[in-house]
Amino acid sequence: MSTTTSGGGHGDDASRRDFLYIATGAFGGIGTALAVWPLIDQMNPSSDVLALASTEVDLSPVKEGQAITVVWRSKPVFIRHRTATEIEAARNVIVEDLRDPQADEDRVQQDKWLIMVGVCTHLGCVPLGQKATDPQGEFGGWFCPCHGSHYDTSGRIRKGPAPANLMVPPYEFLSDTTIKIG
Amino acid sequence: MSSPGSGNRIVQWIEYRLPIFSWLDHTVGSGYPAPKNLNYLWNMGSLAGVALVIQIVTGIVLAMHYVPHGNMAFDSVEHIMRNVNYGWLIRYIHANGASMFFLVVYIHVFRGLYYGSYKYPRELLWWIGLAIMLLMMATAFMGYVLPWGQMSFWAATVITNLFSAIPLIGEPIVTWLWGGFAVDSPTLQRFYSLHYLLPFVIAGVVIVHIWALHTHGSNNPTGIDVKGPQDTLPFHPYYTVKDLFGLGLFLIIFAYWVFYNPNYLGHPDNYIPANPLQTPPHIVPEWYLLPYYAILRAIPDKLGGIVVMGAAIGVLFLIPWLDTSRVRSATFRPIYKQFYWILVADILILGWVGANPPEGYFILIGQLATAYYFLHFIIVMPFVGWFETPRQLPDSIATSVLDKGGGADTAKEGAP
Repeated sequence: MSTTTSGGGHGDDASRRDFLYIATGAFGGIGTALAVWPLIDQMNPSSDVLALASTEVDLSPVKEGQAITVVWRSKPVFIRHRTATEIEAARNVIVEDLRDPQADEDRVQQDKWLIMVGVCTHLGCVPLGQKATDPQGEFGGWFCPCHGSHYDTSGRIRKGPAPANLMVPPYEFLSDTTIKIG
Repeated sequence: MSSPGSGNRIVQWIEYRLPIFSWLDHTVGSGYPAPKNLNYLWNMGSLAGVALVIQIVTGIVLAMHYVPHGNMAFDSVEHIMRNVNYGWLIRYIHANGASMFFLVVYIHVFRGLYYGSYKYPRELLWWIGLAIMLLMMATAFMGYVLPWGQMSFWAATVITNLFSAIPLIGEPIVTWLWGGFAVDSPTLQRFYSLHYLLPFVIAGVVIVHIWALHTHGSNNPTGIDVKGPQDTLPFHPYYTVKDLFGLGLFLIIFAYWVFYNPNYLGHPDNYIPANPLQTPPHIVPEWYLLPYYAILRAIPDKLGGIVVMGAAIGVLFLIPWLDTSRVRSATFRPIYKQFYWILVADILILGWVGANPPEGYFILIGQLATAYYFLHFIIVMPFVGWFETPRQLPDSIATSVLDKGGGADTAKEGAP
């Protein structure tokens, strides 16, 4: 775009034309980019989807050793009422040796309640291990059937292709037996 | 080359204003000379075109009954199967048609690979073809999501999650693709929109593909250039009839799947409605994506697996330059021909590994087959091209055909 169409010899003219070309091109380019943005942004979560961003759960019916799955932001959230053995297993680990080093204490607010998003950090499958009859992997936690990731009793990745621990969502205890996720 | 139908006054009237008859004649008529030695592997292009038309026609009809919503999609597909007149037939044609489309396109690609159809001056033709193949994969994937069964839902989840491996911007991109925080109705609706759009994009790219093809004409089994009229036949009637005969055979095979085994190529879990809280124990893609799936799983690292899977197709774009041989057709390349068949076997093994769970010895076999796949293109192709002594090429297409007519060997053996 920097060449001029005139026959040459008009130095001033050429630079003015260059400026006009560049200014017109920039104006058109920026304008088009601005016009395209709504077409791209419409694919992001809509207001009603964003509005469903928190869920309250009553924990009182969940006995020790049991686990429940609730839905938050249309994703499964695992809530496990851990036994003393499971808590101990989660803490008897050298944190530095883990793929995604994180101490069990940093993943729970109350030791017995492990709350995390039940979505494998590899490619998004739901790991097995919520039911007593499910395979729970080599570390007594969860096992993802899609590509074979093993998670321990703190939901940390121990074996398989997943890069990170199961995510702990933001939550708070509203009372001893009620939590609000999100 | 007199213009066709020159006696007819209506044809003349139209031709003077819109020269469509001479254009057709130059494109698929007697005015388009094609090499006279094309074998049945050269039927696949026209078959792929027919398969695309079948998919578009059946797809438009299915869209009249399908409801793209998370709560209704599954039921609307069952409605098509049970209530809509001939809905079962149209849906089975569409579902199996995808497989038949990939089948002929894969044979088409392997034919190009064997006869060196990607080499000078057809590099762009090859690239455009690969672009069509990628568009087909995207279209097929999004179409597979639409019935909203368990396999649909989890295929959508796993494939969109591939983008989460991109550092930093991965997660926002996945949320943007989903239109939420997980695969849900907004995801289904946009996939439906794009699944309707992409076949027409494919049709457009096919026109560019044919344009590039007709610039230098078809390659042929000898891989040598057309030297004159004695090497060619008019496309019509010779190849129109040959293509139609091939179409008859293709439709017989197609009809077998539709009428006798319509669900064999699918997965029974897709007749279970999508459940976001439970992943099926063993998820696999459709057969035509299995080799890539095996490559993805061969690498024990999330980002690495995705990069290598992308490279498996990316490397195909480079083969016009990775193949250093001066000879196009593998028919005259005794060493390369053997490696070619090893590669075909390797890709079939990858498909077999992809269909099985990633456990035990399947992991090792998948990794070895993946390594060999890349070895073939990056090492074997250039080195064999440099060191191999090709057999002597025939003088022309015409002489190779005449030699064959005598019942003797296709090519005179050279004396290397």
